[in-house]
Amino acid sequence: MTSPAPLRHREIFPVVGLDLERAGQVSTEVQRVLRRLGVEPEVVRRAGIVCFEGEMNIVLYTPGGRIILLVYDDRVELIFSDQGPGIPDVELARQPGYSTAPDWARELGFGSGMGIPNMEANSDRLEIRSRLGEGTVIRATFWRRRDEAQRGGGEAGP
Amino acid sequence: MKLREVAELVGAGFLTGEELADREVSAAFAADLLSDVLAMVREEGVLLITGTVTAQVVRVAEVMNLAGVLFVRGKLPAKSTVDYAAAAGIPLLATPRTMYEACGVLYTHGLPGAKRKPLPYEHDQPSSPPP
Repeated sequence: MTSPAPLRHREIFPVVGLDLERAGQVSTEVQRVLRRLGVEPEVVRRAGIVCFEGEMNIVLYTPGGRIILLVYDDRVELIFSDQGPGIPDVELARQPGYSTAPDWARELGFGSGMGIPNMEANSDRLEIRSRLGEGTVIRATFWRRRDEAQRGGGEAGP
Repeated sequence: MKLREVAELVGAGFLTGEELADREVSAAFAADLLSDVLAMVREEGVLLITGTVTAQVVRVAEVMNLAGVLFVRGKLPAKSTVDYAAAAGIPLLATPRTMYEACGVLYTHGLPGAKRKPLPYEHDQPSSPPP
């Protein structure tokens, strides 16, 4: 690892399970905080999308949890943790289209099995740790490429 | 195309955000599945055409910086959702037309479709590693 970049901001957002009226609130708040801190718009957008997917997963499938936002000079991290049922097969859940969503989640426009694949697509790194019956922790990392032009899919050199 | 023209073409009314009627819409995306909107829309300033009227539609519009939302099939969101959109500055329009008709009219009049982001399994290569 390179020398650690200083932590600029740390904030914890509680997420209430099954609260559909407020679902999405944390994501818009996270984007506001990131914008206020001057984080690059491209990172704000990706973090917002990943946060929304993670937040909806907590709301739809667990009694609740929390989202921790960490802002460093070189990266943004979002850590989602919940006390839900856990993901039986994490590798399967990473596959597009795999879903265990109940019908009512699908009727809300979610649960098509794109959540975790989309979190992967919009973050630079996605770590998932899950224990059946105990809960899930997901850490998403977004690298801040301030010096580079925002070229999608460009190779990140050393 | 301006939101005002969108409204005129499909016979839609503004539920909120009429003061933003001159906002320019670059392209449109139509879906009821919010998961698809989140996974596939890559541009900002896109008009979302949808028959889904949950509060999450507006949250998605906010997170993805969409230009506005056009509800089709005569479906209307709850007042709390409209109020939230008003506070967030997201214009909401509603038309009795079906999604197919609304899309057809707007497309014919020159509003292009939003470019779709490829799904993970459509990539030839895995996404680039972090530096």
